[in-house]
Amino acid sequence: MAVLPILTYPDPLLQRPAVAVANFDAELRAFVDDLIETMRAGPGGVGIAAPQVGRLQRIVVVDVRAKLGDDCHGLMVLVNPDLIAWEGVAVGREGCMSVPDFTGNVIRAEQIRVQAQDIHGEDRVYECAGFEARAVQHEMDHLDGLLFLDRLVSRKTDLFRRKVYKR
Amino acid sequence: MSQALLTVIGEDRPGIVAAVTQALYTAGCSIGDASMMRLGGYFAIMQVLSYPQDLGAVEMALDAAVKRLNLRVHLDPLSSVAADGGAAPDTRVTVFGADRPGIVASVTAALASIGFNIVDLESERSGSPEHPIYIMVIQGRAPAGIAAVQEVLAPLRERESIDIGVHPLETVVL
Repeated sequence: MAVLPILTYPDPLLQRPAVAVANFDAELRAFVDDLIETMRAGPGGVGIAAPQVGRLQRIVVVDVRAKLGDDCHGLMVLVNPDLIAWEGVAVGREGCMSVPDFTGNVIRAEQIRVQAQDIHGEDRVYECAGFEARAVQHEMDHLDGLLFLDRLVSRKTDLFRRKVYKR
Repeated sequence: MSQALLTVIGEDRPGIVAAVTQALYTAGCSIGDASMMRLGGYFAIMQVLSYPQDLGAVEMALDAAVKRLNLRVHLDPLSSVAADGGAAPDTRVTVFGADRPGIVASVTAALASIGFNIVDLESERSGSPEHPIYIMVIQGRAPAGIAAVQEVLAPLRERESIDIGVHPLETVVL
C-alpha cells in the first residue's frame, strides 16, 4: 500500500481520455488499494480517479461515508463506469485535489444510475443521489479528460435551479 | 510586488477590458481576482493587481486608455492582510419579490445582526415595467450557522412579502 502523488493542473495527463480496464488481476487490485489509500490521505478524502495519479485507465473510487455516514453506498470501486440514467440538476461548489485552492460552482445531475464493473470484473449497478452522485460524476469526468473547470457556471446562471430537465 | 485594488468605470462599449488590461500588462502589472460587469449602461471593473513600482506609474500607463475611452479610475493600495482571498462562502441566500424600496436594506440588516459576512451580492431588477420584481442572490459566510440565518430572515418573508431561500453552500473537494 502506498500514497501515490497527485497530478495537478496543467499536467497534460489530466486532460487525456482514459482507456477501459481489461485485466482484472492482482496488479489491478494492488493499484486500487493504493488509489483508495491516496484518496483517504487527500484533503477531501471522498473520491479519486486513476488519471489523477497518472494512470490512464477507467477506474474511479468514491466513498462519501466521511460526509454522509451510512446513508450511502460506502466504498465504491467503479471500473469502466457508464452513466446510464440521470435526473434533475443542482448547482454545487466543487474543488479538486488536482486543482489546488480553487473552488467554483458546477451543475450536476441530482440522481444518477451508474453501471460499472467491480474489482473482480463483475457487473454492478449503483443508484446515487445528491452528494454521492456529485462525487461520482466529478470523478467520472476525469476518465474523459475533463476537470470541473470545464463545467464552471457563472453565478448569474444559477439563480434558479431548473429541476424538471430530463433526458 | 505591491498590490492595489483598481476600480474603472466608463460608459459601456466594446474594448474597455482590452484597453485597460493591455495597459496594465505593458506596465508590468499582473491581474489577480477580478469582477467586471455592465451596470446600467456603464461598465465597471474591480480587480486586484500586483504592480512592480509605484502606483503613479500604473496611473500613467492607464492614461491613454482613460482619455480615449473616457474612463474614471481609482487605485487603492492593499495591505497584504486585505489582499488575502479569505474563506469560501458557506451560505447562499436568494431573495425575490415585487420590487419596492427597502428590500436590500432590511435583508442585509438582518444578516449583519448575526455577523453574516457577505462575500458576493448580485441583484437584478426584472419583470414588466408595471410589475417590476427584484431578484437578489447573496453568498457569504454565516459564523452563527445556517439555522441562525433562517431564523433571522423568517420574519421578513411576511413583513416585506418577499420569498427568501437559504441554502447551504457546501464546497466538495474531490
